[in-house]
Order: sequence, then C-alpha cells, then structure tokens
Amino acid sequence: MDPLSTSQIALRILAQFLPVWIALVALFVVSIRYKRRLGLYGKLFDSTIGMIGFGLVMFWVFTGVFGAMDLIVTHDPLAQLSGMKNKKPGTPLPSPEEGEYAWYLLGGDNLARDVFSRMVKGAWIVVQIAPLATLFAFMVGITLGLPAGYYGGRLDTVLSFLANLILAFPVILLFYLLVTPEIVATGVPQYMAVVLFVFPLVFFGVLIHSRYRAQPQRNRTMLAVVLVPLFLAYMSLINTPGSKIDFWPLDVFDVPGGILVVFVSVVFVNAPTVFRIVRGLAMDIKTRDYVAAAQTRGEGPWYIMLWEILPNARGPLIVDFCLRIGYTTILLGTLGFFGLGLPPESPDWGSTINEGRKLLSIYLHPALPPAFALLSLVLGLNLLADGLREESLRD
Amino acid sequence: MVKEAYDGPILEIDNLSISFFTRLREIPAVMDFSVSVMPGEAVGLVGESGCGKSTVALGVMQDLGKNGQIVGGSIKFKGRDLGQMSAAELRDIRGSEIAMIYQEPMASLNPAMKIGKQLMEVPMIHQGLGAAEAHARALQVVTDVKLPDPARILDSFPHQLSGGQQQRIVIAMALMSEPSLLILDEPTTALDVTVEAAVVDLVKELGAKYGTSMLFISHNLGLVLETCDRLCVMYSGEAVETGSIKDVFDDMRHPYTQALFRSIPLPGADKSARPLKAIPGNFPLPHERPPGCNFGPRCTYFQAGRCDAGDIPMEEVVGADRHHSRCLRFSEIDWYAPFDAGEVHAPSVPGKVVLKVNALKKHYEVAANALFGSSGATRVVKANETISFEARESETLAIVGESGCGKSTFAKVLMGLETATSGQIMLYDQDIENTPIEMRNTDTVSSVQMVFQNPFDTLNPSMTVGRQIIRALEIFRIGKTDAERKERMFRLLDLVKLPREFAERMPRQLSGGQKQRVGIARAFAGGAKIVVADEPVSALDVSVQAAVTDLLMEIQREEKTTLLFISHDLSIVRYLSDRVMVMYLGHVVEMGATDQVFAPPYHPYTEALLSAVPIADTSVEKERIVLEGDIPSAMNPPPGCPFQTRCRWKAQVPDGLCEAELPPVREIAAGHQIKCHLSAEILGRMEAVIKVAAE
Amino acid sequence: MGSFILRRVGVMLLTAICLTFIVFCLTNLYPNLEKLAKTQGNFRMSDEAVASWLDNNGYGGPMLVKYGEWLGVLPGWTRETEDGLDGRCIRAAAEGADPARFCGVIQGYWGYSTVFREEVGEIVAKRLGLTGILMFWVLVLMVPSALLIGVMAGMKEGSVLDRSLSTVSILTTATPEYVSGVIFIAVFTSSTVGLKWFKGTATSAMENPTFENFFLPVLTISLYGMGYIARMTRASMAEVMTAQYIRTARLKGVSFPNIVVKHALRNALIAPFTVIMLQVPWLLNGVVIVETLFNYKGFGWTLVQAAGNNDIELLLGVSVVSVFVVLLTQLISDVGYVYLNPRIRIS
Repeated sequence: MDPLSTSQIALRILAQFLPVWIALVALFVVSIRYKRRLGLYGKLFDSTIGMIGFGLVMFWVFTGVFGAMDLIVTHDPLAQLSGMKNKKPGTPLPSPEEGEYAWYLLGGDNLARDVFSRMVKGAWIVVQIAPLATLFAFMVGITLGLPAGYYGGRLDTVLSFLANLILAFPVILLFYLLVTPEIVATGVPQYMAVVLFVFPLVFFGVLIHSRYRAQPQRNRTMLAVVLVPLFLAYMSLINTPGSKIDFWPLDVFDVPGGILVVFVSVVFVNAPTVFRIVRGLAMDIKTRDYVAAAQTRGEGPWYIMLWEILPNARGPLIVDFCLRIGYTTILLGTLGFFGLGLPPESPDWGSTINEGRKLLSIYLHPALPPAFALLSLVLGLNLLADGLREESLRD
Repeated sequence: MVKEAYDGPILEIDNLSISFFTRLREIPAVMDFSVSVMPGEAVGLVGESGCGKSTVALGVMQDLGKNGQIVGGSIKFKGRDLGQMSAAELRDIRGSEIAMIYQEPMASLNPAMKIGKQLMEVPMIHQGLGAAEAHARALQVVTDVKLPDPARILDSFPHQLSGGQQQRIVIAMALMSEPSLLILDEPTTALDVTVEAAVVDLVKELGAKYGTSMLFISHNLGLVLETCDRLCVMYSGEAVETGSIKDVFDDMRHPYTQALFRSIPLPGADKSARPLKAIPGNFPLPHERPPGCNFGPRCTYFQAGRCDAGDIPMEEVVGADRHHSRCLRFSEIDWYAPFDAGEVHAPSVPGKVVLKVNALKKHYEVAANALFGSSGATRVVKANETISFEARESETLAIVGESGCGKSTFAKVLMGLETATSGQIMLYDQDIENTPIEMRNTDTVSSVQMVFQNPFDTLNPSMTVGRQIIRALEIFRIGKTDAERKERMFRLLDLVKLPREFAERMPRQLSGGQKQRVGIARAFAGGAKIVVADEPVSALDVSVQAAVTDLLMEIQREEKTTLLFISHDLSIVRYLSDRVMVMYLGHVVEMGATDQVFAPPYHPYTEALLSAVPIADTSVEKERIVLEGDIPSAMNPPPGCPFQTRCRWKAQVPDGLCEAELPPVREIAAGHQIKCHLSAEILGRMEAVIKVAAE
Repeated sequence: MGSFILRRVGVMLLTAICLTFIVFCLTNLYPNLEKLAKTQGNFRMSDEAVASWLDNNGYGGPMLVKYGEWLGVLPGWTRETEDGLDGRCIRAAAEGADPARFCGVIQGYWGYSTVFREEVGEIVAKRLGLTGILMFWVLVLMVPSALLIGVMAGMKEGSVLDRSLSTVSILTTATPEYVSGVIFIAVFTSSTVGLKWFKGTATSAMENPTFENFFLPVLTISLYGMGYIARMTRASMAEVMTAQYIRTARLKGVSFPNIVVKHALRNALIAPFTVIMLQVPWLLNGVVIVETLFNYKGFGWTLVQAAGNNDIELLLGVSVVSVFVVLLTQLISDVGYVYLNPRIRIS
C-alpha cells in the first residue's frame, strides 16, 4: 500500500472524528433552538467568541468520551508495531491484520506507537482529571474563602497567610517536592487527600443544614440522602489497600497512587487562588442590604454565606471555573512534561510532548499533535470564559 | 479662541430625537424635544429617572457614546448647529463655551492627578495660557467658589477633600474659562442637604456674576424653583410642559405636572387629613410606550379613542409667556377644581410604650490609620451619644439627620447587629441592648424588623420574590406546612398590593417601587411590632414615593406598628411622622412632636436644616441660612457642643460656653426638648424659617 | 509608610521561615534520606546500615533540630570518629581553618551538592546569574509589549483593533511554554521545515548570548506571560476609559491622545503593576520549562537536576532562593501599589 497524501490524511482524520461531529451538531442545534430558555448557558450562543470556545471545548470532551469508548482511536495507544518507529504521517502498516486500521494517520512515535490514537486517548485523561480537580479546588476555596471574607478579622488573617504561603511556592518546585515516588511512599499525598476531599462533605452538609434548620424533619432526611453516599465515596477514595490508610471495609474503587498524587497536588495548587477570589467577592457582597436583611431576620452566618452571598457571586466564579480548568490542563501537561506522577507510557499530552521533543529537530510529527491538542483545548476554555464574562455582564 | 459677542438664544434645541441602538432594537430615549435658553437665563429640566433628561444634556455635549445617535432635529449653540461640527470644532467649544457638571463629584475628578493640574488644563488648552498664568487663574476661581486655603487645595488630590469641596472644585473647573452655557446634571444629589443648599447658592451667585446661562437638570422640583427662571417638565422621553416657573408651578396645563405636584409632600399635606395622591401605574419602559399620549394610561383625564389616537404635538397656552403643553385636553380641563383627597383617616392614637431607649451609647474603636495602622494607636468613634426616647404603639417617630449623624448606627444597635457600649434598650419589658441578634429569640427578632434604603439592593437577586418571603416565614417559624406558608406569603403580597403572580418573579423583573413593596412585605412577615424604615423612599422616584409611603402608613394603621422612620428629607418627615428626633454627630439635638419641631423655637441645627430643604411651592418664603463648612468627622468631634463649628447663634451665648461644655438637655415645652446653650429668651425670639404666604 | 514596609518585611520573614521549614521537611523525609544513603553508600545496604549511615552524616536527629542546624540558629552536629572529630561545621570549614560553632544558611554555608560535587552556594550563585540574564531579556521584551498591547486594546473597547489584539492575547495565554517552545523549535530550527532561523538549543548562550541562540527561549517565556498582562491592562484601561473623570476630561475639550496619555494611563497602570510583579512566580515556572527545553543550564535547569537526582542540599538551596525571589516581588508589588496610588499613599 502507498502512504497517504496530506489531503487523504485530513479526510480520514475527519472521518474518524465522525461521532464527535454528530454529537457537536446535535448539541449546537438543540442549544441554539432553546437558547432563550437556558439562562446564562443559552446566552452563550449570542456570542461568537463564546460559541467558538464552547465548540472547541466540547470537541475535546466528546473526543475524550468517545475515545474512551474506543470509537475514534485506530490502534491501541500502547501497542508497539514493528517497523513503525518514527514513521511519517499516513504511513501504511507493513502487515496489517484483518480488521486492523491500515495506516498510522499521524505517524508513529519513537516506540512505534500510533500518535493519533495516543492523542485521542490523552484527551480522556485531561477531560477526566481537569474539571474534577478544579471542582475540588473550588469546594476548598469556597468553604474557606466565604468565612474569611464574611467574618474578616483574625480568621481572615490566618487563612490568608496560609493561602499566601502556598502561593509563594513556585508551582514546579511544589510538584517536584510533592509528586515523587518517595513522597507517595510516606503517605503524605494520602493524608492531604483526607483533608482536601473532606471539604465537599463539609460544604454540602453545611449547605443543607443552614437551609433546612428551621424544619428538623426535612433537614435530617436531606442530610442523610446527600451525605451518606458522599461519605461512602470519600472513604473509598482515600482508602487504598496496601497503603497507609487501609481500614475501610466498603472500598468500592481505588485510584492509582500516581493519579491520586497528581490530583491532590493540582487541587492543592489551585485552591488558594480560588480562596482569594471567593474571599474578595464575599467581602464585596456582604455589604449589600439583602445580607443585612438576612442578618436582621436572624439567619445564621452559614446560611448568609452559602445562600445569600454565594449565589450572587456565581458569575465571576463560573468564568474563573472555565479559566481554571484551562490552567489545570496546563498544569497536568507540565507534570507530564517533567515526567512526574503519571506512568511513563501514559498517553497524556504532557508526557507525549516531552517524549516527542527529544527528537524534535528530526521528527516533528510525534510532538506537534498533542501540543496543538492542548493548545486548542485551553484556547477553547479561555474563549468560553471570555464569552461567558461578556454575556453575564450584558443584561 | 476669542469668544464672539452673540445676543440670540444661547442654546436652541429643535424637535430633537435621540435613540439608543441595542442588538435587539432601537430604543428612542428623547422624542420631539424643543427648548431654548436665552443669555443669562437658567432653564430647569425636570422629570423622573429614565425620562431622558440626562440624554438631552449629553446630546448637547455631542457625547452620546457608541450606541446613542441623534435621529432627528437640531441643537444650535449660538446659532451654529452642533451636529454639523467637526471633532476639532467640538473640542474647542467643550470646556470653553459649554461646560458640564454632574452628579458624582468624586467620580468626576481624576483620582491620580492633583486638583491644580486638572483645573489649569482648561485655560491651557483653550486660551493657550502658560502654566504660571493658568495657575493664577485656577487660584482665583478656587477663591471664587469659596474654598478655604486655595493654594493648599490646588496642591492636593481629590480624595483629600470632602464631597462638598469636591463639587465646588468641579464647579470651579467648569467656570475656568467662563463658559456661555453651563449644564448641571443633578449636581447636588449625592450631597447632604445643608451642603446642597450651600452649593446651590454658590451656583446661583456665580451664574449671575459671570452671566452664564444654565441648563439645570434635576428630579427635585423644589431645587428647580430655587435656581431657575423657566422649566421644562419631561415624561418618558418627551417634554410635556414648558414655561416660566410661575406659570408651570401655579397654572400648570398638563395632567402629569399636576399629578406630580399632588404626589409630593408640600407644607400643608398631612397623612390623615390631606394624604398625598400617588400617580397610579408604572412609568412605561422605553420600548413599551403606549400609542398617543405617553401619560395616557396613568392620566385621570384620559379619553379613549382621542388621547391614544396619534402623536400629540406641543401646543402654546394662550396668554402666557412661552408656555406650552403636550395635552389635547388642556383647554377643557378645570385646572382649579379642588382635588379629591381620597380616603381621609382619623389620626391614629398612640398606644402603650413599646420601645424605651435610655442613655444609649455606642462607641467604636477603629485603627487610627486604616492601611498602615494596627501599630497600637486606635481612635474611638462616638457614633451614638446618650440617646433617650420612648416610642409607642401606632406611632411614627422620625429620626432626622445628615450622613454621619449616627442614625444608621442606632438602627444597627436596635436590630442587634451591634451591641451597645452603655445604656439600655427596652422592648416591652425586655432588655435587648446587649443581646446580639443570634442570641435573640425568634419572637424578639420577628417583632423588630427593618425596611432598607436601596430598593436595588434589598432583595437577593438570585432568589424569587415568593421564596424570599417564605424564607422569612420559615425563619420566624410561622405556618406549620409549606402550603400554609405559601398561603401566608400570598396574603402578604396582597397586603403590599402586588399581584400574586409576582411570587414567581426574580427581583430584576421588578421596578424599584415594587421591590420596596416586597421589602416591606418581608419586614411584616413575622407580625413586626417595630419597623425601622431606613430612608425607604429616598431612592425612589417622586411619584412612586407617595405610593410606597401611603402603603407603609396603611399597614401601620392596620397592624398598629411602631414606625421608626429614618430620613434626611424633612418634607416627608413633616408629612408622616408624629414625633421627630433630630440628630447631629451622634447627639439628639432636638426632639418633640412634629409641630413643635417644625415651628420656632428651633435648635440652631434644625433651623438650618429646615432652611436648606428645597420646597416646590411658590407661595413659600424661606429664610436662607447657609451653613459654613462641612460636617465634622465623628472620629474627631469638636469640643463642647457638637454643632458649635457651624452654628450662627454661637455669638449669642456668653463666655464661649459652646466650645467648652456640652449643652444639657432642656425641656422647653411639654415633650419638646433641645440640647442647646441658648437662653430661653433668645430661643423665644427665633422666627419661623418657612412662611407660607397667605393665599 | 515606613512602618508599613517594616510590617510587610516582618510578615515576609515569617512566611520565609514557614516555607523553608516545609521544604526542609519535604526534602528530608525518610524515603528521600534512604535513597540518598543508598546512592552515596551502596544500593544493597541493609536497613540498619542505612540508619547508621544517616546517623553518621547528621541526618539522624529530630526534624526541628536538623532545621535549626541548617538554618544556623543551632550549633552544627559533631561526632567522634576514628579520624577525629567529624561534624557539620567541620565539613563546612575551609581547609585548615577553625570550624565555627554555627554553620547554616544564615552564616552563608548552604551545604554540599552530591551531584555537582560543589558547594551549593556557589552553584546557586552561578546558575542564578545565568537565569538573571534570561529574566532580564524576558522582562525587557514582555512588559513593554504587553502594556502597549493592553493599552491599545483597552482605549477603544470593542473596536477592530481591540478584537484582534485581544484574540492574540488569549491565544498566547492558552499556550504554555512547553507547547509554544516545541512549536517554535519545530518551525524555526528543524531541518524538516527548513527555516533554520534560530538555534534549537541555548547551551552556547551561556557563554555568549546572541540573537540567534537566545531569542527563542526569551520569546517562549515572554509570550505566555505577555497575554496575561496584556489582558489585565486591557481590562483596567477599558474600565478607566468609561470612568466619569474621563468624560469630564473629554468635555473639558482634551483631545483623545491627551486623554489616554495624561488622564487614563496612570490610573490604568496601577492594577497591571501588581499583576506584573505577581507574574514573577509564574516566570520562574517558565524558566524551568524553557531551560529544560533549550538546555540552558541556569537556575531552573539546576532545580530539575537537583530534584531529579535527590540532591537534598542543592534542592533546599534552590527552593530557598526561589521562595525568596517570590516573596521579594510580593513585597515590591505591595509597596509599589501603595506608592502608585495617591488615594492610599496620602490619607
């Protein structure tokens, strides 16, 4: 078989992404159709920038999801086929088996693996970790930032000092200190996980209790419905057989140590910034009359923070959430780039860029696809945030 | 640039129409608007917010922004069409021929530039003066606006001056090159009443001195009466009536003007015998204007098929000086018919004592220097000093004072958001001054509630109206089930005369007045015994104010609530309160029944306050008392009597007693007390500040 | 103002002590020490042998004591051996000189690098110098262009100029150094594309920086920060341009260029100033990535080497310096903010 020409490669790649195109078109048609009824999300479709950003982000989300379902990938991202080492994009396999895709669409890497499939699989890693880690960082930042801003005084001084302490670390140094096998062996990341992952429990517990405290019956039901599953998930998350924390019998799932430490350190790095933003917003909003009205009718401080202040800070927080997912993606890439945390054969973008760069002056194709993938996802998130900001200001 | 002599009208606006263009539609802001300003004349532009009066001013300055556009008519300045001028020509005229002053003085001045430099810029651009000459000129103008120590002021940054001083600087900047036309857009709204009075006097005086014509934009009819020769009333983008002050005030020929006058509390109005008459309905949104007369749907003289048939032109009123009205029926209406006052109520009788405050003090400690501080030095702010009073059931007690007088601090202590430094607050027979809100039982909390000042801030923007009221019910433990609470919420909406559908609305879908009604409903949710209303109507438009005030009064009558009405607006206080308490720098300087406080003898501060309040009635004669200087800071109060630094009666007290000693509280008539050193004899000689001329 | 700076310096020192302690703990965790013992001794050491090696080399005591010794507020450890007295300060002392009692960071002794076989202090000083040159050029390129872009975009919000400059800034903020660096190397240096305008490594720039071997690393670091600063400047400028006092100036008859330069600029630059200073920690990140990518053996490269090779003393030294750099910039940013803002300075 002949190698594919550039246009053939492009067409075949487009064809491989077919499920993604279908999903994107469906999503956009439905969203634009009902945009007037969808609040801020609907307003996004009034802004070109926002739509482009959202399209890029959803492209990678769908790619990640479908890639995980083995829909888009052409080869096993870990399989090394002999004769495909550093081959150019569009190179046919020397001896394709029955039912095997006959080309390496974007060529082969230094270990003769398919660059295209690795890029697609890499999307899944980012799409899984980045939003979730950002969400946890927000839980931590909100749970600590609201009281710091609302009460002020000594509590604020202490919490702000701690936040500044973490912020004064250059991120890479922190990663080098936290994400090493030696540290994992001491169990430090696990202890940090114990602390960091308890925040969602606290957050939802306080959220519900402050809201329903006047109706004890309903309060108990709601707390049980929400907190019990959360608690089980929490225990499963921190409990890993064979590690320092291993006592919980109902361990449903395990997170590999490498992923956990990456996750924890990314949350740890992001939380102080979120804390600062939430604190600032809380300080601003607490001077409003509706907060005073809540105080004068005897509401508890947590009700005021979570139900009067937080919902009205959502605009800037949503925008920052998008930006922060982008930033987390960059951090994950940085970790991969320095070979920290994730296993070396992992197809995540940072690691593949790092591997590809070593031979960059001779072979371009292994490094560039993950580089552009990461670039376009982060760009999409930034544009999305910009569109959201613009639309939320307009009313 | 040499200014030419010109004796025609300074400003001629002819059939001006201005629209703003948004993504969805064109929004007409001003339609078919004409007015002219003669040399040396002051013309007032009056209307409620959103009527387009500020847009006219910006149109004159040709500064409408990206979205605004003049879509018809012309604006001529000294005979030259401003719309046809090039950018360079406009720049030449701005600042040298036409100058503008607007609402927020702090925001109008560049925070990072010294005052002197900002002033000198004007003559340096327009007259090409050198720095030294410009400085001399700046010094002279700052002296003209009566600022103390002009040289020091020129060398300071804007934030180092008080609000009143800043506004004087803005005025000075406008007068730097002696413009022919001065546009003032609500120049005193952000200032305290006594400061406002001084600034208004200054503007009038300088206008006369420099021979400047003025276009004075305001929502306050009283202020326009004091400053202008002619006025133009605007409603929803159109001028509805223009004419001389006398014609429009006393012989109005448009139903809106009439309704406006009937809705503001003038001397003589009384909540029981002669209540205000609110304008029914709401101000139309710019894209929802009715066909024909914009005021039609709210007008008592409306005739279907005629008033809503087509556009209505301005017609001249025969036999008056340039008096026009935009009404088809103005010659048919009997303008002098006595107006139907509506329901008249018997005055309410105060019941038993509900609240008793005894020698209450509230002092704060603050860091001496907000930023570099915390190095030990703290200062004490004496926000409240020995407040004592009683309030009874169904009584309205007004607390009057300007910013920094401590009225809001008092409200906080009463609500339990702060605890008292010393003294006592008794609610029925319960001591509450040291019980912070979280320690109070539900009953106490629900019986003392508050209505807030800013309608745009009083409701949580991300919760439906119904949900917010239900939350208050939940917290006050009213109703056993959700259904019961919902029913009660509907009844509260009925009480404040809002349709029940509003329960599902978000606050942003409501107008200011409607939001304030929800705020009132929320305050009464737990059957409040005492309601503290902190300037509840001051942020609302005049016509809405009357409706909200009436609502408050009506609920009070039914629920026998004690109302503590905090306000700086003496007109409304006189209208609705039974007793008045005047505060200055944390002290109660005068307290008594409304009639006692509003008639001599006064405390000197009350006297000045009364004189400062603009009254929109041509038959009222006022004595002008202009207070010197600003209100001292509560952090650094003057020794002796708090008011001695600005008091015009100080010389009448021998031995410098005012500076040495805090005056004692004296009862000068039954239930009328003042805190002043003036002898009974001098107090007896005081004359009334406000005199209503016999009709 | 004086007391304000003093207080800030106090807080900064407290932060520095906390941070160095944390770093000290994290680098001196037992697994790290065990690895160190095995690399220094031999890989098949028994647990007892590791323990005694650590004791012999002063890694034994409690964490706080070791930290005190390292900092130089506690006397260095000493131990009798067959060859005489051994101890931290004896190893630190120059040949023949009398050993001091205290020998820590405060006294200027930073320890000894196991990888480079050199005093940590010397390595850090040398590498910091190299990175200093890089940072200098980065700031020279980044700050003026970012401010220019921001001001030009913000002075007429919504214009075509604004739209295009904003898009460029978003694009650069979305491109981390390891992406832009890889793309630049691929496009400008590889034989495949064939442009070959620049050199793909900056190793030669350590002795002799030229445009050819130094521009790409500088550009790579600058771009990522540039977009961020430009966006901040734009937001600040756009906000100032809608301020009431700008309208005042316009209605005074001030021309547009003068409005921008005389009235808007100073107010608009207060916020970005803080951002620029706080950007320095991010620049440190960029430095590490770019030095690794372009093989420029500066401070960032040293950090990676120290961390990768478990060189505890060197890693500690590098951490201390970077933490101090960050804290110092925070201090400058605070003080500068107050200085630039007359509203706070004169109150």
